[in-house]
Order: sequence, then structure tokens, then C-alpha cells
Amino acid sequence: MVDQVVNGHHGGLIGSQPTPPTTAGEAKQFRREAGFPTGWLIAPAAIWLIVFLVIPLISIVVFSFWTSSGYGMEPDLTLHHYGEYFHNQGFFIPGDDNFLRPSVFIRSLGSTFYFALVVMVLCLVIGYPIAYFLAMQVKSFKWQLALFLLCMVPFWTSYLIRAVAWIPMLGRRGLFNKMLMGLDIIDKPIGILLYSEFGYTMALVQLYVVLCVGPIFFSLAKIDQAILEAARDMGASIFQIFREIIGPLSLPGVAIGMIFIFVMIMGEFATAVVVYGGKTSTTGTVILNYYAIANYPFAAVNALMLMLSMMIGVVVILKIVDIRKEL
Amino acid sequence: MRRWTRERRRRAWIKTGYSVYFVLFLIFIYGPMIAMFVLSFQGRRGGTSFPMRGVSLYWWEKLIEPSTVGDLQGALLRSLVLALIVMAFTALFSTMLSMAFRKRFPGSGVLFYTVMAGLMVPGILLSLGLATLLKEVGIPPAWWSSALGVHVVWTLPFGFLVMMAVFNRFDSRLEEAARDMGADEWTVFKEVTLPLILPGVVAAGLFGFTLSYDEFARTTLLAGEFNTLPLDINASMTQRIRPTLFALGTASTIFSLLMIALFVIIYTILYRRAR
Repeated sequence: MVDQVVNGHHGGLIGSQPTPPTTAGEAKQFRREAGFPTGWLIAPAAIWLIVFLVIPLISIVVFSFWTSSGYGMEPDLTLHHYGEYFHNQGFFIPGDDNFLRPSVFIRSLGSTFYFALVVMVLCLVIGYPIAYFLAMQVKSFKWQLALFLLCMVPFWTSYLIRAVAWIPMLGRRGLFNKMLMGLDIIDKPIGILLYSEFGYTMALVQLYVVLCVGPIFFSLAKIDQAILEAARDMGASIFQIFREIIGPLSLPGVAIGMIFIFVMIMGEFATAVVVYGGKTSTTGTVILNYYAIANYPFAAVNALMLMLSMMIGVVVILKIVDIRKEL
Repeated sequence: MRRWTRERRRRAWIKTGYSVYFVLFLIFIYGPMIAMFVLSFQGRRGGTSFPMRGVSLYWWEKLIEPSTVGDLQGALLRSLVLALIVMAFTALFSTMLSMAFRKRFPGSGVLFYTVMAGLMVPGILLSLGLATLLKEVGIPPAWWSSALGVHVVWTLPFGFLVMMAVFNRFDSRLEEAARDMGADEWTVFKEVTLPLILPGVVAAGLFGFTLSYDEFARTTLLAGEFNTLPLDINASMTQRIRPTLFALGTASTIFSLLMIALFVIIYTILYRRAR
């Protein structure tokens, strides 16, 4: 290395004109000098990710083919648990009246999926105007930042506790019933708020709406005001501006927000227990239940199916919107 | 002239409408927490919903008594220590990774998506995978080993994205200038790079701390014999819900808010200094 440097830099007699690297080795040398070696920078995190992310995921796949021995697992290569997953209480049972009835597990996956979709739509409808307000209507940067942080703070507090906080709101004597009675909408407290689909959806929307406000805000804030000004000068109506400019340009943010919410709700199980009273079985609770009775292979199959449906969902969202521009 | 004022009035109306909606939104996301906060001061014979039957510190006192909620102090301490360790690892790893990603290197795509997978894979999956694996191998899980591991997997993508954004706006010429003047890599990093990226490192640390401190799904099966605070909160929910839980929730939320405020203050100071 010393030779190369000496040769390269003191080739001429007149001064020490640095010559550009000529050989591949020299070029490599030059590149390696700028910054720490890449290998050392990535090795610790890469090893960490392999141990705590890649290996656990692979082991779920492996364990899903093992047999359950009642208290543990034995190495095997069986599709027994996959069969059970699709077969249990219905689905392709010849001779059965409604032999296409999905199994309980598919139904629980389906209901998780359904809740995710409903909550995604509600979050978008509620969150988009907030992001729009912050990005377009608030002019001073300081206020923008302050109000945005105000919206994001709940994300940094415990969602378990935010779920608990819904109990005094939704109960039979909760604030919601009080409010509805005060407005003369109902005359008797209604019990369907807590431990119901309504309360559960409501709590999920409140817990996750900030996840879509953030990305949408960022993509809206990036829009050049001059474009909007130009469109306005040319006589475009508010709806035209939204349909032609703001809408399409904010799509990547919408997609990222939707992916966040979708992924979070698919893996959700704590809120279901707190606000829904554990009446529903989300895939998350199913997994935990089978873990509790030590049927690990079956828990693994459920987890894999969850993962698979999540990946399909994310791919679908990415197919609709190309977010690569955003990254 | 008249049209102009009408246009202006219309815009003012729109802005007012949005402001009202924004306030309603804030009530929606903060309302339940505030109700919980108020109810934690519920009178001795009051229940978990309104009306208040007097105002007292009874439930807060119950919270501090060791007998009622198990080992609360211990759980809080463990959560705190865990969050601090996760914070350190998140800040360190995301800084190192983002520095590596300033150059193209073979496998950078795979590494990028692996880091991002930490964000996408549901916590329950990692919990399950690692817990069953540890069971097979015969290593007992513990909050400072297995839970720490998956926590960092979860917080790293957030810190990494923050640091990637920081280096996107970073002026490498400053480093080159220092290098040209003969500084070695460590000196360049210590004297030039680090002071400039420090606000970002703090922000990455904030994600590490707060996300780990509140994490539940990734800890459920991996904490071992000692609970962290979210696990304790979850355990106390399986019993009859009493205002003690609200006091606990309020205390934990206030603590989170204090930590966020602390981070924001440190960030602001460092940001001003970096400029």
C-alpha cells in the first residue's frame, strides 16, 4: 500500500501532483479510505438481526411441520397441523351440507382482516383532513411542528394504557352514554358500546389513526406550493386541484400509512382483550391460546398464515401505489 | 374588490372549519386518557366510570402499597433499564448502519429489507418463534436477553429511517475537508460527523426508548420469570378492573410524557449547537 501511494503521488518531478488512480487495486484503496470499513459498520446489526429476527422466523416455519406431543414438540415433517387449520369444523368436508364453510381459524383470520380494513378506511377518512390541515392550512413552520408533535405524542405512550382508557368512556355508565342521553338521542344507557364491535373499532381507530396522519402529512408537506398556485391561477376548482394534484401526490404517504395500520392491526391482540373482553378471537389471541396449551406447531401454523395474509395485503397495497418514489 | 373579500372570507371559513375539526380530533385522541386521569382520583367508594364519588388519593396510595399490584416497583425498574439498553443499541446500530448505507455495497438491498422486516413482522410472531426455539434449545428467556433482542429488532427500523434522513441532508464535503487536512477516520467521526448528526442520534434513541418502554406483544412470551411494566399492567387487567389501574396508567403516561419532553429539550439544544 505504501508503495502504491508513494508511486502515485510522487511520480512527477514538478511538485506532487496527485494522479488519478489507474489500477483497480488503487481505486479500491482510495474508496476504502473514506469512512469506516462497511463490514465493521454492518456486522453487529446484521448478526443481531439474524439471531433475533431471521432465525425465529425460520424456526416458526420449521416447527410448523413438527408434531405436537402434548407437552412439547418432536421433529417431524408432517402437514397434519396445516390440515387441521383448514379442516377444523368445516371446509371441504365431503358430504357436509355446506362443505365450503371456512374453518374457525380461517374465519378468525378473516375477521381480523375485516377489522383491519374497516379501521384503515376510518383512519384514512378521519386522518387525511388532519394531515391536510397541518400541511396546507397552517402556514407558520413553528405551529406546524408543534401541532404535528401534539398529534404524534400518543404514539410514544403505551397503547395498552390507551386501550384501558376506553373503559370509562364506553361502559354502561360511561361518558358516551352520558353524552348521548344529554343530547336526548337515547333515554336509556345502551350496553353495546364496551365489549362490542363498535367499541373495539372505535378504540382501534383512536389507537392507530396517528400512524397514517404522519406519513400523509409528510407527503403533503413536500408538495410545491407553486404548483397549487399555478393551478388556482388557471382557474382550477378546489376539487380539480385535489383530484389532479394533491390526491395523486399524497398517495405514497397514504399507502405507507395504510401499510402501518394494516400490519399493526393484523398482529393485534391486546386491545381485543381489553376493549372487546376477549369475546372475539383475533389471530393473535388464537396463537397465544395454542402457545398456552403447548401446541407449538399449531401456533406456528397460525402465525405463518397470519404472516402470509399480511404479506399479500402489503403487496396489494404496493401494487396499487408505487411508494419507491417516497423512499 | 368585492370578489376578493368574498374569497378571503370563504378561506377564513374553511380555515375555521378545519381548526374546529382539529380540536375535535385532539379531543378524540386525548379524551380517553384525560378521563382516565380524572378517574384515578376517584373517591374511595367510586367505580371505574363517572360520576366521581368524591376526590381522593386512595387509589394512588393503593398503587404504592406493595401488596395490591405485585412487584410494581421492580417491573417499573426493569422496564426502565430495558428501555435504556434498547435506546443505546438503537442509537448505535442505526448510526452505524446508516453510515454504511452512504456507500453502495453488495447485499445492501437484502440488509435494507431485513431491517425493515423488523417493522413489518408482527410482535406476536417474533415472540412465538424465539420463545419456542429457546424452549427447544433449553435456554430460559429473560427480559434482559431475549426480550432485549426482539425489542431492538422492532426499534431499529425507526432509528435507521431517522438516520438515513439525516445523512440524506449531510454535507460530506466537511468530512472530506477534514480528511484532506490529515485527520484519521476516528478524528473525522468524533470532531466532524458526530456533532452534526447528534440530534438525529438522539431522535433515534427516543424511538428506541419509548417504543421499548411501552412494548407488550414482543415481551409477552419472552420476559421470563420477571415482568416488565406493560406485562404487569396486562396482568392486573385480568383481575377485576379498579381505579388503581387508572392511577397506574396515568403514572406511566406522565412518565412517558416527561421522557418525550426531556428528549425534545436535548434534541433542540443539540440541534441549535449543530447549526
